[in-house]
Amino acid sequence: MTYLLTTTAAFGAFTLFFAVILAIAGRVFKIEGNPIADNIESLLPQTQCGQCGFPGCKPYAGAVASGEAEVNQCVPGGERTMLQIADLMGVEPKTVEDEATAPMIAFVREDECIGCTLCIKACPVDAIVGAPKQYHTVITEHCTGCTLCVEPCPVDCIDMLIKPELLEHWSWPLPDTHRAQLAIERKGQHASHTS
Amino acid sequence: MLHTLLKSIQKSTRTFSGGIDPEMSKITAAAAIATSMQPQLYILPIKQHIGEACEPIVSVGDHVKWGQKIARSQGYVSVPVHSPTSGKVVKIEEHATPHPSGMGLPSIFIEPDGKDTRDKSLKPIKAYRDTDPTELRERLRLCGIAGLGGAVFPTFIKLLKDNRNPIETLILNGIECEPYLTNDHRLMIEKAKEIIIGIDIIMHMVGAKKAIIAIEDNKPNALEMMQETLEILSESFPDSTRIEVCQLPTRYPQGSEKQLIEVLTGKQVPAGKLPMHIGVICQNVGTSKAIHDAIIKGRPLTERIVTVSGDAVPRPGNMRVRLGTPMRFVFAQHGLETFDHVHLLHGGPMMGEKLKNADVPVVKSTNGLLAMHSTSMKEAHKSEQPCIRCGHCGVVCPVSLVPNLLADQCRNKQFEKAESYDLFDCIECGACSYVCPSNIPLVHYFRYGKGQLAQIGREQNFAHASKQRSEHRDDRIAREKEEKAAKRRVVREKHVAKADDDKTSAGKPDHDKTADHKTADEKKPKTTDKTIQKDKPSPKSPPGKASSGKVSS
Ligand code: SF4
Ligand code: SF4
Ligand code: SF4
Ligand code: SF4
Repeated sequence: MTYLLTTTAAFGAFTLFFAVILAIAGRVFKIEGNPIADNIESLLPQTQCGQCGFPGCKPYAGAVASGEAEVNQCVPGGERTMLQIADLMGVEPKTVEDEATAPMIAFVREDECIGCTLCIKACPVDAIVGAPKQYHTVITEHCTGCTLCVEPCPVDCIDMLIKPELLEHWSWPLPDTHRAQLAIERKGQHASHTS
Repeated sequence: MLHTLLKSIQKSTRTFSGGIDPEMSKITAAAAIATSMQPQLYILPIKQHIGEACEPIVSVGDHVKWGQKIARSQGYVSVPVHSPTSGKVVKIEEHATPHPSGMGLPSIFIEPDGKDTRDKSLKPIKAYRDTDPTELRERLRLCGIAGLGGAVFPTFIKLLKDNRNPIETLILNGIECEPYLTNDHRLMIEKAKEIIIGIDIIMHMVGAKKAIIAIEDNKPNALEMMQETLEILSESFPDSTRIEVCQLPTRYPQGSEKQLIEVLTGKQVPAGKLPMHIGVICQNVGTSKAIHDAIIKGRPLTERIVTVSGDAVPRPGNMRVRLGTPMRFVFAQHGLETFDHVHLLHGGPMMGEKLKNADVPVVKSTNGLLAMHSTSMKEAHKSEQPCIRCGHCGVVCPVSLVPNLLADQCRNKQFEKAESYDLFDCIECGACSYVCPSNIPLVHYFRYGKGQLAQIGREQNFAHASKQRSEHRDDRIAREKEEKAAKRRVVREKHVAKADDDKTSAGKPDHDKTADHKTADEKKPKTTDKTIQKDKPSPKSPPGKASSGKVSS
């Protein structure tokens, strides 16, 4: 009988002891936010364009993490981002239906701008500067090309231009050989029969 | 005499791992350096070095002198551009440069007036031994000197006396291991004195204890010339004993900086470090000559030696060409006028880059201009076969990579994997492509992979910056909203208070007001989404701790 008592007491003591440790660890090593959503967000291109059907990359990441959205909805991210998200979520890859356009930047035709500040309010990354009733201008290095500023402009003075390619950013294309082409084709077939 | 001479030339049999022995075809080795004629128009791209581009400081219509600065450097890793003759600036616009992309750069077009009046604003520094190295360094920057071996890294950056990394050895690279090229070879024969004085200037600048002139054994006359000149100079030049000439067996790519250092010093430059971290600096013989001209003569870099060769060139040779000379004009002086079915290469056949056409100017990196008939170029590109796992590529790789694996990874877009297999250590020497029996353009795959990785890196940085900007914006909007709401509340309260004031006693509203202020203040720090999220879980967790605390007590 005493055995039973001591065993019970000992286990009880252990339980309490570990409960305390776990509780403390839970406090100390607490992870802020949703780690999966954060990881997904770090894979997204952060264009904040809304083409995924969500008001920005963060909401989309949250939706994917909770299973409300598919992994292939981010258009600017393209296949690479889709594959990374699918890999992270452990789901089958799906083809990205819409093709991303070439990188764009917005350009304000300054002599037509009336300084209404509406585009500033629309820009998700603060890439437009200007004061009320002054010309506005786009900081080209900051513009993600999301086109959200085009619609609100009452005088239609914002153009989307193709982002100029810099010599420094040029990179070698894949060799123009049959086998290199084959690799691309196989990749395409792989993606299409997995989706 | 000859005996002592041969004895004094050091021979090294040490070599680096890997490497190949390609057909050297140095058909222009005996051709003395000729001087190019003046073209009708010089085209000077504003960026001819590795680093940031320059900004033009002349305008259309300006008259410039030979050696006058026409574009100033912007940023640290940059050197200015100088006019190669006296004449008029006729236009400044984009023009194609010798770059594999065929893309253009803003360029300054100068029409020569035929007088060649020199700009004399830079005074010669004859007594360089008594001059502060910092001043010499600034002079080299002003003179636009960049590494003339082909890498065109601004030279002044490397020539820094740094007490944390004292320089033991200066290595003068006279290897010229690329087939066909003979420009350094000829320079060593014709300008040995200038090269040696250049070495002395560099040794003074970095405080090097000794210098080694490294020359491969396929250039015995250059070896002898350097040695003889050293001996002649030794009378007037006490330091010449610290300079030695070293003969190395011919092997490609011995001229590559890290391989050469390994051969001569037995030390390896750790990945991600520079030669100066192990007490060594490397300079090309052409750069040494340019340093001599900049210091002793006060002349900026406006010309260089170019080997014009290849089986499609009727009269191959070596030529002193002013920077900015159109390549078509250079080829024409060697008898090549039409370019049908001819492949043009900028640089040597191993590492050189294919040119789309001859309408690009000679720049600081142009060490060779090759024109080959299609039959002589390996038409590897069209007939790539599957890898047969023969392992030849791995054997010849001087940095011990596994090229066949890396090529597969690049082809299949597994770039991160390729990076973890040290893709970035590849020096793009082309030895692997050269030996591959399946004609796989291995180096091309590596260039592709490196480019894609750089692109991915840029995109990630941009995404990160965009994310921060968007978060700041969300924070700001939330804060503004909250501030407005708070203001509105205060106004409303005042309004209510006033209304109350009119009706009831004075004491009560006062109390209300202060209470409301407090709530507004309390709310302020909670404005952002993030902080709200952070705060939310915390009310849940304290009970957990409290309860466990209770249990334990
Ligand atoms: S489509 Fe992609 S880039 Fe655009 S908001 Fe959605 S996740 Fe962000
Ligand atoms: S400037 Fe226009 S296109 Fe560019 S990021 Fe802002 S809203 Fe998008
Ligand atoms: S090109 Fe790169 S992988 Fe090929 S042999 Fe040279 S260093 Fe090695
Ligand atoms: S040399 Fe060519 S065929 Fe041989 S292992 Fe390397 S890549 Fe494969």
